[in-house]
Amino acid sequence: MIRLKNIHKSYTTGSNTLHVLKGVDLEIGKGELVSIMGSSGSGKSTLLNVLGILDNYDQGEYFLNGELIQNMNEKKAAHYRNRHIGFVFQSFNLISFKNAMENVALPLYYKKVSRKKRNEKAMGYLDKLGLKEWAHHLPNELSGGQKQRLAIARALISEPSMILADEPTGALDSQTSMEMMDLFKEINSMGITVLIVTHERDIAAKTQRIIRLKDGIIESIVTNGERKKWLREQSMA
Amino acid sequence: MKIFDLDKWHEIYFALRKNPLRTFFTAFGVFWGIFMLIIMMGAGEGLYNGASHDMGDMATNSVFMWTRTTSMPYKGFQRGRFYRFNNGDTQALKDNIPEIEYIAPRLQGWGGEGNNNVVRGDRTGGFNIQGDYPEINIIDPVNITSGRFINDIDIKDKRKVAVIGTRVVNELFIPDENPIGEYIQIQGVYFQVIGMFKSKKNDQQADHENQAIYIPFTTLQKVYNYGDMVGWYSITAKENIPVTLVEQKAKELLRQRHTIHPDDDRAVGSFNLEQEWNKMTNLFKGIRGLVWIVGIGTLLAGVIGVSNIMLIVVKERTKEIGIQRAIGATPANIINQIIIESVFLTAFAGYFGLALGVGLLELLNYILNSSGAEATMFSNPEVDFNAAMKALGILVISGVFAGLIPAKRAVSIKPIDALRDEL
Repeated sequence: MIRLKNIHKSYTTGSNTLHVLKGVDLEIGKGELVSIMGSSGSGKSTLLNVLGILDNYDQGEYFLNGELIQNMNEKKAAHYRNRHIGFVFQSFNLISFKNAMENVALPLYYKKVSRKKRNEKAMGYLDKLGLKEWAHHLPNELSGGQKQRLAIARALISEPSMILADEPTGALDSQTSMEMMDLFKEINSMGITVLIVTHERDIAAKTQRIIRLKDGIIESIVTNGERKKWLREQSMA
Repeated sequence: MKIFDLDKWHEIYFALRKNPLRTFFTAFGVFWGIFMLIIMMGAGEGLYNGASHDMGDMATNSVFMWTRTTSMPYKGFQRGRFYRFNNGDTQALKDNIPEIEYIAPRLQGWGGEGNNNVVRGDRTGGFNIQGDYPEINIIDPVNITSGRFINDIDIKDKRKVAVIGTRVVNELFIPDENPIGEYIQIQGVYFQVIGMFKSKKNDQQADHENQAIYIPFTTLQKVYNYGDMVGWYSITAKENIPVTLVEQKAKELLRQRHTIHPDDDRAVGSFNLEQEWNKMTNLFKGIRGLVWIVGIGTLLAGVIGVSNIMLIVVKERTKEIGIQRAIGATPANIINQIIIESVFLTAFAGYFGLALGVGLLELLNYILNSSGAEATMFSNPEVDFNAAMKALGILVISGVFAGLIPAKRAVSIKPIDALRDEL
């Protein structure tokens, strides 16, 4: 599904060059639920942006569904994002003047789906996420958890093969965070690859694999089941 | 991308409504620009109409020639000699100058200024008596309100018939009387009224013309003992031939016929309407040019205002644009949206300016017309449809240009930077 080979990325601000990703190699299979952890400045957001084709990289190779994603023009990138990737952000990033239903339907608008059809589909997703009664409310009339569920509905509507979530629980309380993780697990169980960037241990613990980034390289990859197995073996010894 | 897309208009509506005062002032700049352009164009046209109305329907390719005293001695004649045009000159001009379209020899009878020369029953009046050919009504026409003008048979048979102006009618006839067929006495000779006319000119010129009586040229010559004398000529040139050329040739011929020195420019007096007309047309061309320069300048200021505001709007919506791009909006989507927004703002504001400007001109026109006064310097302020369409076209195009820079700016920001943008 995702294959990264020796990805390098640096930012230039004025005369300073900041080398953020220093050779990342990573493989994520289809239908995995993976989290990326790391302290701030470790490059986890940059990695997510590269994965989401929101940003390009300087060196290396990135294959998405077997296709090399490299030096794409904006039009093509937009097209890819629209078809393959759903985004969920920490600050929700909903369009303030569109109501819940219209926000969810927006990706389909860019796919040139008729208004009636996309609103119908959006209502379906709102229903699934328990937001049907809120369909005609503006985002600022909703609670944080509702907003994030709305954003997830928007990410799902274009039926992507992968969901990228950047600190999706960062602005939510712990109970809502756990509900949100259950939601991600449910989405994952439908066969959609889910990638979550987080710095919260208990959030990461709910995923199958934890990728730890440190200073622009992958420090360790821990499989949750293996960790438990390893811990068990340790105790038996 | 459809233009009539509800989501698009929703976004435009929202963007413009977000800061109504700012939108209003931005729109006002464009509104004022087009409003001024229309008003100035209308006013220029009004001045032009006023000035050209002064001339009535006079043929603009005409020249008038009269006799003066010679200023150079020639072939034994002293300078300062006076001479007269005659019927022979008329024939010679017709025969020798093929460029002439119409030639009207003219002669003025006595009277007019102060002296009563026309009598009807117990009413009298002093009017200008003009001996004329039918051609004069083509060169310097009047409005025949009833009856007819002098014709060729009148000329040939030297009929005693008269065509009278409105002032003449008012002074010699009582209101309900029909002057046609009645007789009036001019300098002791009876003439039958065959037509009435009204001047096409303005002011004094109209007053002067309305108190004229036209009688056949030949009748005047004969009845009042003018012999074969001609007072002056009105001549028009054929189409596409400058009347100045005709003027030169005619003068040359007349000098030759009256034994005047070929270089004596002062002996034959003339007035060339073509030159006057050209001067006037050039003046108004200049005024029109100025109107467009000033109008376009004002409009441009408004459009630049729109462009500036759009830049700010784009800045404010950086994050929103980032979101849209993250979920699949192409750069073309974004550019399209911003340009349509800009065009909408300019076209909307401009349309109001256009409508209000035209409305104001119409109102002015209505007031001028209903006041009944024969407007002098200013009449029929108007904007022709083509000019209005041109202005509208300029608006739409400038709207596109106003949106272009902000739109380029919007897509030059990477979606990731746009998303990070914290407001």
